[in-house]
Amino acid sequence: MQIANNRLERILTAVQKPGRYVGGEWNSITKNWDQVQVSLALAYPDVYEIGMSNLGLAILYDLVNQRDEMVAERVYAPWHDMEAAMRKAALPLYSLETRHALTDFDVIGFTLQHELTYTNVLNMLDLAGVSLLAEERTDEMPLVIAGGSGTYNPEPMAAFFDLFVLGEGEEVIIELLEAILAWKQGPHANDRPGLLRRLAQIPGVYVPSLYQVAYHPDGTIQEIRPIDAEVPERLLKRIAPTLPPAPTRPIVPTMGIIHDRAAVEIQRGCSRGCRFCQAGMIYRPIRERSAEGVLDAVDEIIANTGYDEVGLVSLSSSDHSHIQEIVQGILERQGENGVAVSLPSLRIDSFSVELAESIQQQRKTGFTFAPEAGSQRLRDVINKGVTEDDLLHTAEAAFRSGWDRIKLYFMLGLPTETDEDIYEMARLIREIYSLGRRLRNRRVQVSVSVATFVPKPDTPFQWLPLIDPAVVEERQRILVNETRIGKVRVSWSDWDSTWIEAMLSRGDRRLGAVVKRAWELGARFEAWSECYEPSLWRRALDESNLDESFYISRQRERDEILPWDRLGVGVTKQFLWREYEHAIRGELSPDCREDCHGCGILAAFDDAGAVVRDVWGCP
Amino acid sequence: MTRGEAVQRLRVGYRISNPLQYVSVLDMGRLWERLLRRAQVPMAYTQGYHPHPRLQFAAPLPVGYLSSAEWLDVYLREAVDPDEILPRMRAQCPRGLEIKSAQTVSLNAPVLQAQMREAEYTVQVWSEAEPTEMQGALEALMEQEQILRTRVRKGRQQEYDLRSRIHALAYIGGQPDSDDGVWEHELHLRMRSGSQGSGRPEELLQELELPIDHYRICRTRLIWE
Repeated sequence: MQIANNRLERILTAVQKPGRYVGGEWNSITKNWDQVQVSLALAYPDVYEIGMSNLGLAILYDLVNQRDEMVAERVYAPWHDMEAAMRKAALPLYSLETRHALTDFDVIGFTLQHELTYTNVLNMLDLAGVSLLAEERTDEMPLVIAGGSGTYNPEPMAAFFDLFVLGEGEEVIIELLEAILAWKQGPHANDRPGLLRRLAQIPGVYVPSLYQVAYHPDGTIQEIRPIDAEVPERLLKRIAPTLPPAPTRPIVPTMGIIHDRAAVEIQRGCSRGCRFCQAGMIYRPIRERSAEGVLDAVDEIIANTGYDEVGLVSLSSSDHSHIQEIVQGILERQGENGVAVSLPSLRIDSFSVELAESIQQQRKTGFTFAPEAGSQRLRDVINKGVTEDDLLHTAEAAFRSGWDRIKLYFMLGLPTETDEDIYEMARLIREIYSLGRRLRNRRVQVSVSVATFVPKPDTPFQWLPLIDPAVVEERQRILVNETRIGKVRVSWSDWDSTWIEAMLSRGDRRLGAVVKRAWELGARFEAWSECYEPSLWRRALDESNLDESFYISRQRERDEILPWDRLGVGVTKQFLWREYEHAIRGELSPDCREDCHGCGILAAFDDAGAVVRDVWGCP
Repeated sequence: MTRGEAVQRLRVGYRISNPLQYVSVLDMGRLWERLLRRAQVPMAYTQGYHPHPRLQFAAPLPVGYLSSAEWLDVYLREAVDPDEILPRMRAQCPRGLEIKSAQTVSLNAPVLQAQMREAEYTVQVWSEAEPTEMQGALEALMEQEQILRTRVRKGRQQEYDLRSRIHALAYIGGQPDSDDGVWEHELHLRMRSGSQGSGRPEELLQELELPIDHYRICRTRLIWE
């Protein structure tokens, strides 16, 4: 069913930002459905402005639509007002391109990026008229699948998905759609369980219903077991051995979005090995795009979109071995068009300041860097690899280059942290501020953003408890008291959303009932502080007879079976434990481009024949 | 970046249809900027810290309105032949935007927005009211000397007289809609528009005190001095 224009027109006059719900943007692709054989709805469980900023979905949209027999269209979470209007008008959730109801698609593919979007997934399925529980879906319903970093521990969402895709989607999305198409055309087109078994044979595809979980009386996992010998014992994430070409015809949104610029991925993976960082562990190995490849992609994207800014995307931009050549090249080739460059995630050194200076055309807005921890001891624990000298020199270089505003990112509640580390954090902030006052003037401003550290799966800290809220409060108080000088502004993350994120990120399958109940009680858009209602989650936990402290406040044993143990990211549990022990002893593991620490990624993909020695950053 | 003075001013006429009627004024500016850059139109930029292309819309189009009569002035840093540039711009139009014309106007001519006086609209209204009832309500409205309303502007309540902003109104007629018991009516309106305050067709509809299912507004003409 396609949603008629006049049905939509009636409700769009009454909602905020109707541009979120109409599509038609430049470079969006509208195919004739009579000429395609398999269809995929790419769903982002948050509003348009956020979902449209996601590069992963843009890559898949481009790849799938390059195939004549396939079509990919987009759908985002309707805001509260649109949800209410759609329910009142009995309008099902629809795709932006052709306004087909989501139930018309063969596959609905969500990206799970963030735990605080999980209730939106359920809400979107409900608005689409698709059964929430995978086991209740009938043969004609779309397959509901997910990819993205949340699928490295998808267990709290296992009941709602037919399958998860682990790792990078470029190859596997096409393999999946081809297999689904072949199945549709075969003799067992209506045998959904048969299809799922078939798809489970594709490397990187995890069908949760084919695994059983048993628990010990204390709530920990006794066993995770494939239901029979046909089902793979363990999974390994998929990777693109070399970076595929960057998409150069991205959709140009008509309304403003979060990252409203061209984006070119210059590097995947990061070799720094920060121990708190999930991205640094799960996106291994490190692969660079060549300078020439980046520059050609930038030229094409600018010509195809008319953007005046390009973001060079990576986990650590200044680590690209040809970053200077790239930045200079863009300014030379595109400066005439007034194209600006943005470089997120700069590492902390004066080279980064020079780099940032070269892309600042005239005005110096804020210079941002992330010491993460205040004391040298704690920075060594997390393997940040940055000394206080590095920090002060970076700040000094930034002030000397003309920046008045510096933004610092820290974490609170890191493993082994004591009050002393917070006093050190405050001292560092004061020193940076007075450095600014000395080198610049009274306008100098230091803003400090302090996030509560949440231990994540597949990191060396995956066994550790989340910090206690009373300690968080006490340390926030210390920090505020110790930084009452001049223009220093301190802000932090909200505890209420932190504990939900912490609970879900390392949760098990039993939490599915809690997510579902919280949604039924009205939970939506948890990532938006104005929408977040922790009381709904407390009630949902009570009704499900579960206690969040089991998930967030408990030190896990070294040999405990973790819900995500069978879902391989290429980095071994032994390596993570070794790094954890190094952390506790405050020992550094330097950049692994110079010295291999045996994380396991090479061994994992050697077997799969996927290692590309001269491209990967591994020594 | 080459900035330099503007050497030419191009006046572009265009239409807005679905889905671009849902675009805000700010977003429309950005949409044109990107379109012109893709078409390699040599725009002139403002001076200052954040140079941006010099684009001037005659009158902002409210979100939700269609239009067959929009005007935009584009200042150029290099002279172009409008006939040569028109097809290039048309090739870059997203769905919902149709460029009607492009011609050179004097660089010294006044800014359109400052000269705006009136705008004309075609309004379709879906309502249970029958044509005689609709016509009666419209006539009664026009007979009033004043229609005082308040708007919130920059957080402050402001009173204004809607009646004085309605310069002409014609009821064209009504016909039964496919929905049972609903009529589709059409009216033409000329209302004040410009820096002295604008009247909006939907405000007039709100004053009718008739059950209104939904409506569609299309701006059909801009009138300036």
